[in-house]
Amino acid sequence: MSKIAFLVPLFPLLGFLINGLGRQRLSKSAVGIIGSGMIFLSFLTSCFLFGQVYGAAANSGGAPINSVVTLFNFIQTEAFTIPFAFQIDQLSVLFLLIITGIGFLIHLYSTAYMKEEAPHHFARYFAYLNLFVFSMLLLVMGSNYVIMFIGWEGVGLCSYLLIGYWFKNGDYNYAAKKAFIMNRIGDLGFLLAVFWLIFKLGTVNYTDVFAGISQLSAFDITAITTLLFVGAMGKSAQIPLYTWLPDAMAGPTPVSALIHAATMVTAGIYMIARSNILYTMAPATQTLVAVIGLATAIFAATIALKQNDIKKVLAYSTVSQLGYMFLGLGVGAYTGAVFHVMTHAFFKALLFLGAGSVIHAMHHEQDIRKMGNLKKYMPITHITFLLACLAIAGIPPFSGFFSKDEILVAAYSSNPLFYYIGVGGALMTAFYMFRLYTLTFLGNFRGTHEQEHHLHESPSAMTIPLIVLAVLSVVGGFIGIPAVFAENQHWLQNFLAPIFAESTKLAEEHHLTHSQEYLMMGVVTLLIVFVIAFAVKSYKNYQNTNDTEESGLGKLLLNKWYVDELYNTIVVNPLNALGGILKNVVEKSGIDGAVNGVGKLVAYGSRQLRLIQSGQVASYLLIMILSMVVFFIVWFNDSTIIRFLDKIF
Amino acid sequence: MITLLLILTPLVAGLIAFVLKQGNSAKTFALLASIATLAIALVAVFTTGEIGYDAAWLNNLGSRITLKADGMAKMLSLLTAVSFPLIFTAVYNNEYKNAASFYGLMLLSQAGLMGVFLASDALLFYFFWELALIPVYFLCSIWGGEKRIAVTFKFFVYTFIGSLLMLIGLLFMYFNTADQSFSLQSFYAVKLTAQQETIMFWLFFIAFAIKMPIFPFHTWQPDAYEQSPTATTMVMSGIMVKMGVFAVIRWILPMFPNAAAQSANLVIILSIIGMIYASLIAIRQDDIKRMIAYSSIAHIGLMSAAMFTNNQTAMDGVMIQMFSHGVNVIGLWIIADLIEKQLGTRNMSQLGGLAQKAPVMAILLVIMALANVALPLTNAFIGEFLMFNGLFQYNMVMAAIAGISIILAAVYTLNMVQRVIYGELNVITEKATDIPLNVKLALVIITLLVLVFGVFPQPLLNLTGDSVSALFVKK
Repeated sequence: MSKIAFLVPLFPLLGFLINGLGRQRLSKSAVGIIGSGMIFLSFLTSCFLFGQVYGAAANSGGAPINSVVTLFNFIQTEAFTIPFAFQIDQLSVLFLLIITGIGFLIHLYSTAYMKEEAPHHFARYFAYLNLFVFSMLLLVMGSNYVIMFIGWEGVGLCSYLLIGYWFKNGDYNYAAKKAFIMNRIGDLGFLLAVFWLIFKLGTVNYTDVFAGISQLSAFDITAITTLLFVGAMGKSAQIPLYTWLPDAMAGPTPVSALIHAATMVTAGIYMIARSNILYTMAPATQTLVAVIGLATAIFAATIALKQNDIKKVLAYSTVSQLGYMFLGLGVGAYTGAVFHVMTHAFFKALLFLGAGSVIHAMHHEQDIRKMGNLKKYMPITHITFLLACLAIAGIPPFSGFFSKDEILVAAYSSNPLFYYIGVGGALMTAFYMFRLYTLTFLGNFRGTHEQEHHLHESPSAMTIPLIVLAVLSVVGGFIGIPAVFAENQHWLQNFLAPIFAESTKLAEEHHLTHSQEYLMMGVVTLLIVFVIAFAVKSYKNYQNTNDTEESGLGKLLLNKWYVDELYNTIVVNPLNALGGILKNVVEKSGIDGAVNGVGKLVAYGSRQLRLIQSGQVASYLLIMILSMVVFFIVWFNDSTIIRFLDKIF
Repeated sequence: MITLLLILTPLVAGLIAFVLKQGNSAKTFALLASIATLAIALVAVFTTGEIGYDAAWLNNLGSRITLKADGMAKMLSLLTAVSFPLIFTAVYNNEYKNAASFYGLMLLSQAGLMGVFLASDALLFYFFWELALIPVYFLCSIWGGEKRIAVTFKFFVYTFIGSLLMLIGLLFMYFNTADQSFSLQSFYAVKLTAQQETIMFWLFFIAFAIKMPIFPFHTWQPDAYEQSPTATTMVMSGIMVKMGVFAVIRWILPMFPNAAAQSANLVIILSIIGMIYASLIAIRQDDIKRMIAYSSIAHIGLMSAAMFTNNQTAMDGVMIQMFSHGVNVIGLWIIADLIEKQLGTRNMSQLGGLAQKAPVMAILLVIMALANVALPLTNAFIGEFLMFNGLFQYNMVMAAIAGISIILAAVYTLNMVQRVIYGELNVITEKATDIPLNVKLALVIITLLVLVFGVFPQPLLNLTGDSVSALFVKK
């Protein structure tokens, strides 16, 4: 395959180095051009690679294409070799396009959004952003689990740096640290899975692992997939490791767009899609993935119903949508999950960038209770945001409809209960998104006069990305038209077929009749429209009274089910307390006490022998010799000692 | 000959340093001498195959000056040779009273360390072991902090017990050699009964465990690190703890393979307890130096567990980690020293906001912190990955429990970063300035080592490959 694949991650790495090292000297415009330009070059290279893969796939007639490019051997030991190599195939190239394409739009947007920052902070921001893209590219391009892990931890680091970008604020630093540590919990699971693979197969290369799968016992496969999934829980914010993601909005808003759409949280989906054959052979893990995904989808959606921070609503909606993707993976709808990653990347990036545009115009106000009627002042932001809301709510023919429908249909085939619960979540999605939309853009303006006076549409560097993403959010679904509308027109499914071929062979065929599918689509769409109308009606005339105390369920949801408090009580505080006990009690009086006792004993003994005044080293030597004499008498007979002394003197 | 020069250069330079006039001459001389040693070490590293030296010494005792440098010895000589110029550069602006003696003792200690790694004769090994340690007692008790006398005493008691146990062991082995010789080969050839082997194993092991240190023999270390002058702390934690690791690999494992295998479970469990224990304490430390000390105990715990897994990959990991940990921890100490010298405190609760006043220092601290949590593409990841991999093959559950330390490492390291460089400035940190040139130079070199060996670890793995395979062929 193409020798130029290494350029894709190289450009962002260069951008990181140039902007990072030159941050005191470069002007803001230079930084912006370098930062965005490098990602654009990466995008162009990705397009080229996509063309190559597409061509090769067309020629190979459905067979897997030989696609590994080895740069050098990263680690080579007696037992195994880990090459630093990239795998450029249908799956990775698709992710490359998403990462670099949406990544570029976010960079472009950032040049305007962050323009008030001091030059060296501006450069620092772009350096981090480039490093983030670089890590994510390594993650998806790696041809083995270790290279994936490099990117896996790399995106964790970059999210840490960017969430804590405004480092003077203690809360932001706390959120950054929380993100890194929660990710690390998942990373441990990932690492253990890698060790398991090395132990059983002596390799971590995807091709070798998947080829050697017959040497793994059912228990091995279940354990490996479960451990990998623990990694995905951390990275892709699933129960129980999801709480870092909503806090991650402490970073600048474009960073949220990057984390939630193009990079980071999609890593878990990518990893499972990449390992699809392992998961297909581990039905128990698949059920776990589906259940966790569905539970997360519903749980996060309930929290989103009550949040008042524009970014918090979006953050919980990401957690919820990721849950749908895992549901898809769990029921074997790998294409559906990847499809939803893609459409979600379009509309979620759009939503976050739109939210950034709103926050920008509102002078850093994020509380939707203090907004309203912004459609009058920000027409482009308004229209694009509305389109994104329709897409995420799943109104046909917007992109979210196709991808969500694909997952839900597959869920129905697996277990109708999954379907009904999933639809419940979709209705909640429609409700909280249109609650958000209505409170922000409709009704009366509820902010201060000062804010109202300054309301403006954002500059074109911000609106152009919005428009591009809006177009994609509207038409993006057409690459995956379900068979019920037109046979064999699902371009994405055909394109990815070789990646999932082995899993498809093993999967049981479930087919709903067309009439069933039409009925389900129709009913769900009707319900969603009804919910949207209800949300708009309920919040159109909202007045910010501020004094309505939530109670009961509302309070529970507003406080996010008190999960953070729960974790503090059962994990964080006990560990801290244990550390304190070890430090102040065990270490001081236990171990140290015993040693000081010995020390005192020696000192006391020395004093008794009146040797202390001769200094420490002297007494040390003397005691040593004395002890040796004692030891000789106990251990050796006289003749050995005499022989030894003879030699010395 | 090269091996002899590696020891003689710092030894002679150390003796010369004592008689130098006060002022700048001693530190400049020491720096130049250490650079010369580094050049020799590089020659040694790039000379392929085993190199050595042999000369008569105490003939009637059966002890000779035998030096041998296989891959492991070369690697540790390189670590020693790289560390000293870095340390001398980083503390170049520090004023030490009686500087000539200070630098003289430092160089003598370096000579001792080189000797420990190169000696292939037990008596010589013991001699160098003490030569490396005794200067440290003086360095700590004369140039140390407020509680230096008490702390030196504690350190002394510990190492004294350790040395004593080792000496007893060495003598016992000596009497049981076929040819009444102290040579390493004769020691390897000694036939012991199972019971004798077990006793010998524990004698040597406790001696070396104190040096590493392994839980519960570690309590001298945080105090000693805290109270010693930072240059000495760097030597102790960067290089000297590797004496213990080295000694286990060179002496214990080949001499007492059966006892080592029998006791492996116990040692590994102790090590893992130590990892978690030290990590939990590190989380609660306010003093930067003590936090680094406990973090270091946790890292060494992994090495000691990995050594006993009888797994070749794990041993590869131990090798590369000895080098990486040495370099990285020196980087952390340099920053701790810089902060203390500049602001007069090491308490994180009194710091904060340094990223505003000292951005370059902040960046370098973050890089050192990332190496400390073994992020991929830093040198520490390679070692930890290989060691955990070996531990996993030894026992999955133990590896999983030990793995918790990976998470805890992120907790205490990021805590430190947050409390030192992020947040708002306060009255103390208000007066901070950025990093001086000499410190920057030392840290940039360390950063390069962190990244280069993080991306291309293979040269180091190849360097020590012969020592590792020799260890596994023997069995």
